[in-house]
Amino acid sequence: MSNQEILAQTALEVLGDKALSSHSPYGLLTVEVPAEGIVETVRSLVEHPVLRMGFLTDLCAVHYPDDPGREIAVVYHLHSLPNNFRLRLKAFLPIANPAIDTMTPLFSAANWMERETYDFYGVQFTGHPDLRRILNVDHMDYFPLRKEYALEDETRDDKDDRFFGR
Amino acid sequence: MVKMADKPDGYEGQGFFATSLDKVIGMARANSLWPLPFATSCCGIEFMATMGANYDLARFGSERLSFSPRQADLLMVMGTIAKKMGPVLKQVYDQMAEPKWVLSVGACASSGGIFDTYSVLQGIDRIIPVDVYVPGCPPRPEQIIEGVMRIQELAKNESLRRRHSEEYKKMLESYNLT
Amino acid sequence: MTTPDTQKQGQAPLVAHDSIDGEIAILNLGPTHPATHGVFQNVLKVDGERILEAEPTIGYIHRAFEKLAERRPYNQITPITDRLNYCSSPINNMGWHMTVEKLAGIELPKRVEYMRVIIMELSRIADHLICNSVIGVDTGALTGFTYMFQERELIYEMFEEVCGARLTTNIGRVGGFERDFSDAFKQKLDTFLKGFPARFEEFDGMLARNRIFMDRVIKAGPISAERALNYGFTGPNLRAAGVDYDVRVMNPYSSYEDFEFDIPIGQDGDTFDRFVVRQQEIRESLKIIRQALDNMPAGKHFTDVPDFYLPPKDEVYRSMEALIYHFKIVMGETPIPAGEVYHAVEGGNGELGFYLISDGGRTPYRLHFRRPCFIYYQAYPEMIKGSMLSDAVLTMSSMNVIAGELDA
Repeated sequence: MSNQEILAQTALEVLGDKALSSHSPYGLLTVEVPAEGIVETVRSLVEHPVLRMGFLTDLCAVHYPDDPGREIAVVYHLHSLPNNFRLRLKAFLPIANPAIDTMTPLFSAANWMERETYDFYGVQFTGHPDLRRILNVDHMDYFPLRKEYALEDETRDDKDDRFFGR
Repeated sequence: MVKMADKPDGYEGQGFFATSLDKVIGMARANSLWPLPFATSCCGIEFMATMGANYDLARFGSERLSFSPRQADLLMVMGTIAKKMGPVLKQVYDQMAEPKWVLSVGACASSGGIFDTYSVLQGIDRIIPVDVYVPGCPPRPEQIIEGVMRIQELAKNESLRRRHSEEYKKMLESYNLT
Repeated sequence: MTTPDTQKQGQAPLVAHDSIDGEIAILNLGPTHPATHGVFQNVLKVDGERILEAEPTIGYIHRAFEKLAERRPYNQITPITDRLNYCSSPINNMGWHMTVEKLAGIELPKRVEYMRVIIMELSRIADHLICNSVIGVDTGALTGFTYMFQERELIYEMFEEVCGARLTTNIGRVGGFERDFSDAFKQKLDTFLKGFPARFEEFDGMLARNRIFMDRVIKAGPISAERALNYGFTGPNLRAAGVDYDVRVMNPYSSYEDFEFDIPIGQDGDTFDRFVVRQQEIRESLKIIRQALDNMPAGKHFTDVPDFYLPPKDEVYRSMEALIYHFKIVMGETPIPAGEVYHAVEGGNGELGFYLISDGGRTPYRLHFRRPCFIYYQAYPEMIKGSMLSDAVLTMSSMNVIAGELDA
């Protein structure tokens, strides 16, 4: 087995029964984990002596409106620089209460990434030191990247439909 | 081959030249516009190339870039203006002293550009009056220079009482600028 | 009052006991400010000249790229990626094309990959030239800026030969390039490679061992390697802190494994290290371009995927299938399979990642850009804590924060 496969197997063993499902699209091991205790899950990967996944590459969210109870997926991309091994973790949250623990105790990089995810999707990161909007205007009262909201500014009244193909 | 600018029409004599005041003031204003580069994104980099040695905007009198609105004549808005930035732009425009001109450089500043989204102001002429629009994404430095030259034409031919006229005041009121 | 010693300012107490009145002031830096190159705001709490705390505010140029990408077909997203790090837009374009090719399983001929490497390294040189000249400008050295912008004009001319645009290039296509490198391009590249190194060394000689410049930038805005890794730093900023992480070496793409180049690293992660690392990276990029030119394999400038790559125009007028393929590609009906992929390239500022989720439709279901500027700018308050106001300005310009990439 190649080194990457050994590491993938080690990662699945470390996650144990927290790995609800896993597959490897395009060579990147993707594991679904429960949202509860996500910090402990990631800590076990970071502090493992062989895996050492000490780099948070990315943190974002995806909205699946057609999947009741699992509408918001929070996706973590982790990278182990010593081993050159990447891993993707997904935690699904219901849209009625999209709350998950913050990753800032482990990675300072998660601070603004979580603010951006909150700004776009409304995910509540419990324990975040400063959870407020980062890219949009402060007084915005909806979460724009959710699928039900339009891309364009809805309050415009000067667009001539003849030119916009409607 | 140096192109000499034409003298304004006037009456010349031994050691004096008589012309009308607004022609002289127009010529002085047009050839000494101090720009305020309000550069937000990609058009700002093309502006930096325009100020560089190859295209050299300084030949047109814009040698001194003023980042303070109190000392600038020409507000060059270059780049996308998001709705978050709108109040800042309006405040900078307010702080400039008359006479002032606004050059909207690039598609994003003129009309929102390719970003027809909820967070982008679809053209700065929704919040401040604009004199010249320069289209392009980003416009070539030659186009930016042409925009500045059009502003020079406007500055040269402007009547001295324009800023005090009723029509101008009404236009400012329509933008909620006092 | 003692003369402040910039060499030891990292050890100075946060509240200066020998200040005149010890009053703490709130200073607003930005969003429009001559020294901040881009629109972001910092509210600083200063004691005299020393910074106690900083609170950045960004989002002044938020253009909603990720939402916009959900509405555009895959080949229309390339102009959007241009405007991320607009100082080196070809790298963003190539990264996006590689992501789509990874998702669709398209293999590229070696010639295309070498051509891509040449274009990407030229844009990396252009990006680092801006950053280093601007560090010079912020210390008062405007000559370097004027000289190096002339070199950027030469690079712009080369981009114009390939794609027609100077800055926001929209270069290449999914599956290759629109046209092969013309003779004019090769000539301009040869002239550039002959003349640029000497002029670049002149710029280097002006600043890199200049006593005044060194006194100014050494120990300005340092960050340690552990903190940099914890903050998710990548690119020249991380390499200046001492970690040799380069996506081109760790996860090679587009035949980078064929080329021999070094990764320069620094020690303290301060402004001087960032400056020197970028200078050396320009030299390494020149090496890569020469190797790519010398070993350029023969072949076509595109790969044979008629579903994604536009057929030649004369065939569109003559053959029915070419017409149908052309119509489908232009209308955005490309057969992209469903799936999720993450692809990263080494941008001018670090690991630029594209996380693409496709549901098989004509537009992405979700496209997220992993923007290096956004992630490492979080560390700015920590880097300038306790330093002077002028060093804070230098730190910001040496981090190469591009507003387009910050806000997306």
